[in-house]
Amino acid sequence: MDAGLPASRTTVPEHRAFCKATMAEDKPAIELDRVSFSFNGRNVLENVSLTVNQRDFLAVIGPNGGGKTTLIKVMAGLLKPQQGTVRVRGEKPADAARHIGYMPQDLHLEKDFPITVMDVALMGRMTHHRLFHGRYTREDKKAAAEALERLEILDLADQRVGRLSGGQRQRLFIARALAGDPKILLLDEPTSSVDPEGQTRLYRLLKELNETMTIVVVSHDLMVLSSYVTSVACVARHVHHHDSAEITEGMLEDAYHCPVEIIAHGVPHRVFRTHTYEKEPE
Amino acid sequence: MLLEALSHEFMRNALYAGLLASATCGVIGALVVVNRLAFLSGGIAHAAYGGVGMAFFFGFSPLLGTLGFSLAAALVMAGITLRSKGRSDTVVGVLWAAGMAAGVIFADLTPGYPADLMSYLFGSILTVGHEDLWVMGTMCAGVLFVAVFWHNDLLALSYDPDFARLRGVPVTFLHFLLLCMIALAVVMLVRVVGLILIVAFLTIPPYMAEQWTSSLARVMALSALLCAVFTVTGLAVSYALNLTSGASIILVAAAAFFADLAVARLRQNA
Repeated sequence: MDAGLPASRTTVPEHRAFCKATMAEDKPAIELDRVSFSFNGRNVLENVSLTVNQRDFLAVIGPNGGGKTTLIKVMAGLLKPQQGTVRVRGEKPADAARHIGYMPQDLHLEKDFPITVMDVALMGRMTHHRLFHGRYTREDKKAAAEALERLEILDLADQRVGRLSGGQRQRLFIARALAGDPKILLLDEPTSSVDPEGQTRLYRLLKELNETMTIVVVSHDLMVLSSYVTSVACVARHVHHHDSAEITEGMLEDAYHCPVEIIAHGVPHRVFRTHTYEKEPE
Repeated sequence: MLLEALSHEFMRNALYAGLLASATCGVIGALVVVNRLAFLSGGIAHAAYGGVGMAFFFGFSPLLGTLGFSLAAALVMAGITLRSKGRSDTVVGVLWAAGMAAGVIFADLTPGYPADLMSYLFGSILTVGHEDLWVMGTMCAGVLFVAVFWHNDLLALSYDPDFARLRGVPVTFLHFLLLCMIALAVVMLVRVVGLILIVAFLTIPPYMAEQWTSSLARVMALSALLCAVFTVTGLAVSYALNLTSGASIILVAAAAFFADLAVARLRQNA
C-alpha cells in the first residue's frame, strides 16, 4: 500500500505510523459491519451495521434481553462476533483497548472482596504496555484520584468497596473507566441505582466529557437521555440507528412495542416531534 | 520447653518447614478465598494423592509424584474453569475422586503396603529433611515473586476478569499460573499438614484475615502471619502432649476460627 511513496523522504514505518495516527483521528470511533453474534445457538445480534462517529453521544435502548449488553461488549472487544467486523478507531477492538473506558453492567461482584475504592479506580490505569503491575506510578495514582474526584467519591478512596451504596459503586465503576484517559466511554446502564438527582448530575458530567470523548450509553432512562445524546440505537436483535436524538414512534414500537407507556410518563424533555405527539396522543 | 524442643534438628526443620509453608499459604490462600477456589484446591490436593501412590509404585520421589499430579490436575481444571466458573464443580469432583482412587490402587499394586502413605494423608512435618526444605524454599520464593510482581494484575483478575482482560492483563496466563501455584502450595503442604487438612489451611487464615483488613495485600500478609502462629502453636502443643503434629496445627487453626466467629457474633449482638 506504500508502493508509490518515495523512500527517501519518509521511511515506510514512519509513514505508516503517521498514517495510522492521522487515520485514527479521522476514523469513526466505532464501526460495526454486518456483525452477528449468537450465544448457545440463539441469535443475539443479527447482521448489525452501525457507525459511531468521534464525539458522538450514542444511547443504546431496547427491551431486556434485546442484546444491548452484548452490543456494548462486542464494541469493547470482550465478545467476538461469529460474523462481521468490528473496528474501533480503525483498529481491532483488542488493539484499541487502551482508548476504551468500559463500565460493565453487572456489578454484583463479591461484596466481601477485600479491595478499596482506590484499588478499583487504579485498575483503570492498567495497560498492556506493561508486562506486570507490581506497583502503580505516581501518575497512575494522580489520575485515579482525579477520576474519583470527578465522580465526587474521592473522600471514599480508602473505604472497602463492599461498604458503598449501589449508587456510589456505580460512580466508582464510571471513575475506573475514566481513569485510563479513554477516547471512548462505553457505559452499560450507569444510572440504574442512582437517584434522579444523581442521574442528572451524572449526565451533565457525561455531556462535559462528550466534548472530548465518544460516549456510548446503555440506558432505560430514555427521557433523561434524550436531552443529552446525539444519536440513538434501538437494539432488539437488529439495530436501528438514528442519527439524531429524536425518538420517533416507529423506533419505540420496534424497541419496546409500547409507545403508550413512554408518552404517559410525563415528559421532562420533548422527545417526539410535536405533530407526532399530537396525532397519536395515545 | 520450647527451647528444649528446638534443640532437636527435626523440630527445627519442622519449624522452618512450617514457616515456609505459612508464607506460601498466606499468599495462595488469600487468592483461593477471594477467587472462591476452595473446592477446586481440595480437588487439586486430593488428585495429588494419585501422584503419591504412583511414586511409590514406580519408586520415584513422592514429592515429584505429587508435584506432577497436582500440576496436571491444576492445568486441566484451569482449562475448564477459565470460561465458566459456575459449571466446574462436577469436573473438580470427578478429578478429586479419580485422583484418590488412583492413589489407592497404586498403593494396592505396590508390593508391601508402604506405611509412609498414611503420612501423606495426615502430614509428617517432623520428618522434613534438608532437601525438602530447599525445595520448599525455592517454591516459596517463586510464589512470593509472582505475588509481588503481578500483584495488581492478580487483584484485577480476581475482582473483575472481564475488565482486567480489557486492560491488557494476561488473564488466561495468570489464571493458569494461579492454579499451578495452588498446586505447588498443595505439594508443600502435603509435608506439613497432609492432604486431608490442606483445604482448611488454605481457607481458615485468609477467611479470618479477610474480615479484618480491606486490601488483598494485607489479607496475604495477615494470613501468612496467622498460618505461622497456628503452625508454631500447633507444633508446641503436639510436642508437649505428644500428639500428631499436622492434626494439632489444624485444630489450633480451627479453634481460632470458631473463636473469631463467636467474637464477631457477640459484637454483632451487642
